[in-house]
Amino acid sequence: MARVGLYFAAVLVALLCAGPFVWSLVTAFKQNRDLYDPRNNPFLFNRPATPDHVLYLFTDTAFTTFAWNTLWVGALVVLITLTFALPAAYALARLDRPWAGPLSIAIFLVYLVPPSLLFLSLSRMVVGVGLQDSTWSLVLIYPTITIPVSVWLLMGFLKGVPRDIEEQAMVDGYSRLGAFARAVVPLAFPGIVAVVVFTFTLTASEFIYALAFVAPTDEMPVSTGVPTQLVRGDVFFWQSLQAATVLVAVPIAFVFNLFLDRFIAGFTMGAVKG
Amino acid sequence: MKPKLADRPGALAWIFLLPSVLYIVALIALPFVLAIAFALSDVSAGDPSYDYVGLLNFRRAFDDPVFWRSLGNTFVFTAISMVLIVVLGKVLANILVADFRGKWLVRFLVLLPWTTPVALSSISWLWLLDSIYSPIDWVLRQFGVLGPGENLYWLGQPGLAMTSVIAVHVWRLTPLAAVIMMAGLVAIPNDINEAAKVDGAGYWRRMFEITVPLVLPVAAVAALFGAIFTFTDMAVVRVLTRGGPNDATQVLASWAFYRGIEGGDVAQGAAVALFLFPLLLAAAVAILRVVRRIEVG
Repeated sequence: MARVGLYFAAVLVALLCAGPFVWSLVTAFKQNRDLYDPRNNPFLFNRPATPDHVLYLFTDTAFTTFAWNTLWVGALVVLITLTFALPAAYALARLDRPWAGPLSIAIFLVYLVPPSLLFLSLSRMVVGVGLQDSTWSLVLIYPTITIPVSVWLLMGFLKGVPRDIEEQAMVDGYSRLGAFARAVVPLAFPGIVAVVVFTFTLTASEFIYALAFVAPTDEMPVSTGVPTQLVRGDVFFWQSLQAATVLVAVPIAFVFNLFLDRFIAGFTMGAVKG
Repeated sequence: MKPKLADRPGALAWIFLLPSVLYIVALIALPFVLAIAFALSDVSAGDPSYDYVGLLNFRRAFDDPVFWRSLGNTFVFTAISMVLIVVLGKVLANILVADFRGKWLVRFLVLLPWTTPVALSSISWLWLLDSIYSPIDWVLRQFGVLGPGENLYWLGQPGLAMTSVIAVHVWRLTPLAAVIMMAGLVAIPNDINEAAKVDGAGYWRRMFEITVPLVLPVAAVAALFGAIFTFTDMAVVRVLTRGGPNDATQVLASWAFYRGIEGGDVAQGAAVALFLFPLLLAAAVAILRVVRRIEVG
């Protein structure tokens, strides 16, 4: 009986969460005459399905460029974030400085400064360094969102690594730096994966900065490019929009799911011992 | 002999921290100070010259009924969303840690709302809540809740619009809360539960004396992330209602954007946006205190 209840609950939550996407998928292949009739069943094909609107996305919009921009911006931001945040988190978690406590709280508070507060001044600074209207402005600015939260998460993960392991590595002749690189980082790997996945998702989702900094279509990431090209005034290219949502959503969720157990393991160390 | 650089924790700590600190100072602290300066000025898109005007922008905000409306909406929006996100997140986490066939697929489907860029998923919802073609209305018509040709106008009526915005937000963030809380559930060592069972502790006793205290810190972390994302996010409001109808769903973040960017009143926008910070700060300090007290206790 409990089993039946569990399966029922699992199917229900899956439907609640993914229902809109299933429906998006159906809509993406609908003909206009099928879609724009309020009497038609919105969950079924009332007329034959057509791939036209999905193909339109690839032939008549810069969708592939947007996707590529999101991908490489995300990858670079993840790289920059780890390069900056991992040593910083280690210093705060392990190097026993008296100011480590206050400073780590200060870094977390930085995460509370919302983009909606900063983008006015940041857009002037972006112009100042000549990166306006370039995707590179996002590579420069996105780490301001990801570094503080990553330092905070990584601190928790690094505290979860037993001190003995580091001390043993130093007894074995590694320097403190060597012990960090060879012994601590590999053990904190689940935490690092958690941060990578989390950072990438935040970056791909970001909307305000992308909207404020980048005007030329070719330079836009998915989150602003798709609405810009497929919403013209009051005209929404609904089927193509739905197709774009599904095409972007599925791969990110797939990758996230691959690393979900590591993410959870990482978060456990971070949140509970942090 | 002086130890090598790589062995001196003091020097190493500085070298490790410096890049992050510089980055934060240059690209967060500096623009933050600039934003405060803007809030005390009369800078606008049309007239970018800087003149100090003191607290005028704040007085103007306080005199504007839309400001109070946005402030109230922000609290309603954040409070209701957070409670729902934490409660539903816990339920979802309990389901997802159980063992069943097809778990991989269910997890994948459950993650979708959170991993999809918010602008795109909000646009999908815009059509689901459309004034004429809404599939939700279609279902209600099939069940006879709505008469033929009737529509609810989800985004056109103040109460329904707020409900819609909150629902989309909860839908989007519950998976994240669930994942964070799965971490807490997985962390409870099975032998504690087993031992308690052997000692004769019933389900509720185990729930309140083992599960809840162990999960609470993680639930608080989930609540904190939920609060930050809800409080500062304006994408859902922006895409679904643009703050309407009649500012019924306007929140501080979206109103600051509306005044500062679309209205060109940079100074006023900055003053409104500044309001977000002390409120967030208070929420974060409160939540972190709770976490610390539990951990110590």
